[in-house]
Amino acid sequence: MQVNRFLKNLKEKIIEGILTLSGTITSIAVILIIIFLFKEGIGVFNQAPMEKELILAVNKDNHVKELTPRQIKDIFDGKIAMWSELGGSKDSIKLFRTEDVSTYFTEEELGANFEHLPQKINEYIAREKNVLAFFNKKYITKGFSGRIIPLKKIGVMDFLLDNEWFPTAQPVAQLGVLPLILGTLWVTLLAILLALPLGLATAIYMAEIASPKIRSILKPTIELLAGIPSVVYGFFGLVVLVPFIQRVFNVPVGETGLAGSIVLAIMALPTIITISEDSLRTAPRQLKEASLALGASHWQTIWRVIVPYSSSGITAAIILGVGRAIGETMAVLMVTGNAAVIPHSYLAPLRTIPATIAAELGEASYGGLHFKALFALGCILFIMTFIINLIFEFIVKPKKH
Amino acid sequence: MSALTPKGNSTRKRILQIVGFGAFRAITGFVVAVLFGILFFIFHEGLPAMTWKFITSNPENGMTEGGIFPAIVGTGCLVLGSMLFAFPIGVMSGIWLNEYLKDGYLKRFINMMTNNLAGVPSVVFGLFGMALFVNQLKFGDSILAGSLTLGLLALPVIIRTTEEALKSVDDSYRIASLALGASQWQTVSKVVLPVAFPNIFTGLILSIGRVSGETAPILFTVAAYFLPKLPHSIFDQVMALPYHLYVISTSGTDIEKSRVIAYGTALVLICIVLASNILAGFIRRYYTKKNKT
Repeated sequence: MQVNRFLKNLKEKIIEGILTLSGTITSIAVILIIIFLFKEGIGVFNQAPMEKELILAVNKDNHVKELTPRQIKDIFDGKIAMWSELGGSKDSIKLFRTEDVSTYFTEEELGANFEHLPQKINEYIAREKNVLAFFNKKYITKGFSGRIIPLKKIGVMDFLLDNEWFPTAQPVAQLGVLPLILGTLWVTLLAILLALPLGLATAIYMAEIASPKIRSILKPTIELLAGIPSVVYGFFGLVVLVPFIQRVFNVPVGETGLAGSIVLAIMALPTIITISEDSLRTAPRQLKEASLALGASHWQTIWRVIVPYSSSGITAAIILGVGRAIGETMAVLMVTGNAAVIPHSYLAPLRTIPATIAAELGEASYGGLHFKALFALGCILFIMTFIINLIFEFIVKPKKH
Repeated sequence: MSALTPKGNSTRKRILQIVGFGAFRAITGFVVAVLFGILFFIFHEGLPAMTWKFITSNPENGMTEGGIFPAIVGTGCLVLGSMLFAFPIGVMSGIWLNEYLKDGYLKRFINMMTNNLAGVPSVVFGLFGMALFVNQLKFGDSILAGSLTLGLLALPVIIRTTEEALKSVDDSYRIASLALGASQWQTVSKVVLPVAFPNIFTGLILSIGRVSGETAPILFTVAAYFLPKLPHSIFDQVMALPYHLYVISTSGTDIEKSRVIAYGTALVLICIVLASNILAGFIRRYYTKKNKT
C-alpha cells in the first residue's frame, strides 16, 4: 500500500515535471524568438550603411570631415560634382573605384595578380588632391597617407524617415523604410475600407435577416474560405485581377496598390464577417424585443440597438482584419509590383514590408548589412502586430465582459 | 421576426426597411459571389489539369508539363515534420498552462506572449527560421529547418486551441473527480482530456490545413525551385505545393505555358485545405452528437 502510494506520487511528480518542462521550454522559446529578432534587427544601427570591409578615403589635405549617406549617393550618381558643395575646396570631385581600376593604371603597373594594387591606390590618393576613393579595406598599406572618411552609424530616425530604399546600392546602401511603411499602411487602409462595409453588411444579413437555413449554409462555407492559402489568393489576383485593372484603368502595369488592396480585402472578408456575426448574435433577446415593442422597425432596431451593442465585437473584427492584412506576404508580393517608392496613387506599383522581406531575403548575404536591415523590417512588423494585439487585449476584450 | 414587428408603422419606416434589407441582401449576394467566384474559377480552370499522371509524375520541360508529385510529397513531409514537433509540445504546454499553472502574472504573461506570437506574420517566422535553423545551427535548407519553422508558427495556435478546449470542460468534472480521490493527473487524463479531445483534435487538423498552405516561412528554409527526386533524409531540400504555385506563376521558365500546371496546383492546395476543414467539422459534429446522447 505504502509502495503503491509512493509510486503513484512519483508518477504524478514525473508527469507534472514533464508538462512543466514543456511549458517552460515553449515560453522560453517564445521569448528567445523575440530577443533574437530584435538583437539581429538592432544590429543594423551599430554600423555605417556600408559593408564592413569597404571604405571611403580622401587625400590628407582635403578638409571635408564627414559625409552623409545621401551626399555619398549623390556624388556617385553625379549629382554633386564639386567639393565646395560639401564644404570643401572649389575643386571638382574625382572618383576612384576599384571596379574600373584599369582606367587608372596599366596592367604592368598592377602586376599579374594585382599585387601592386594597394601600393598604387596609396600613391594615387597621395597624388590626387581631389580624389574620393572607394575600395576594400584590405588594400590599405602600412604607410597609407590618405584620410578615411568616417561614416556615421545609421540613425533610427534616418532609418524610419528616409525615403529611399536601395539596400544593395554601392558604395552606400540607402536604408529608408518610409516608402515601405507607407506602402503597407496604404494597402491595408484601402483593404479595410473595402472589406468593412461589405463584411459588416453580410454579417448583419446573416445574423438578423437571413433565414436560419441560409445562415447554416453560409456561415461554415465562409469560415472555410478563411483557410484558403494566401498564395492561392495571390495567384487569383495575378491571373484575373491584375489584367482586369490594367484594362479598366488603362495603366501600363496592372500590378498596383489597388490590386493588393482588393486581394487583401477579399482575404480579410471571411475574418471580418465571422467575428462580427458572432458578436451581433450575442445581443440579448430582451434588448431586441424591447426595441420592437416600443414600435421601432426591425431595421431601426438593427442600427440603434444591435449594432451599437456589438460595437466592441465589430471593432475586434476590424482589428484582427487589419492585423491579418498588415502581415500578409505572398498575395501582396504577387500583385503589387514591388516598387519601393513612396506611394502617390493606388494605380501605381508599391511595396509593403512583408513583401520586401520575402523578395530580398534570398539575395541578402547572411549577417551582412542588408540582412540586418531586413531583420529590422521584421522588428517593425513585429511591433506593428504587437500594438494591434495589445489594443485587442486591453481595449476590445475587457468590454466584452 | 416579422411577426414581432408591430403593424401600423409609418410607410416611410417600412419603405426604409425594405430598401435597407434589399441592399443588404444584394451586398451579401455580391460578397458570396466574389468569394465563391474565386473557388469556382480555380476549380473550373484546374479540373482539366487534374489527371492521375499530374498527381503522380515529376515536372517536365522546365516545369511546363508533367506533374507535381515531388511537391505533394514535400508538403506531406513538412506537415508531418512540423506536427511531430509542434503537436506534442503544444498540447503538453496547453495542459500545463490550463491545468497546472496557477493564475497570476506568470500565466497572464505567457498567455499574452503566445497570443502575440499567434498574430506575428508568417514571413517573420521565415526570417527567424532562416537565421537560426538554416544559418546558425547549420541545418542548411532542409526539411528539418522548414519543419521547425512551420512548427513554431503552428505552436501558439495549438497551445491556444488546447487551452480553449480544456477551458470548455466544466469545472464540476474536475471537482467531482478530485473529490473521489483521483490525483491531478488521473483527473486530467481520465476525465478532462477525453471530453476536450475532439476539440484538440479538430485544432490539429485545422493546423495541418494551415501549415500545408504557408509559403513565406518555407521560402528560405526548405523550398526547392526544381528538384525532381524524393527526399532521402531530413537534411534534404524538397519542393512544396505553395512555393511551387508561387514560382510557376511568377518566375517560371515559361509562365504562359505553365498556367495549366499552376491552376492544377492551386486546386490541389485548395482541396487539401477544404478536406481538412470538412474533416474537422465532421469530427466536431460527430462528438457533439455523441456527447449529447
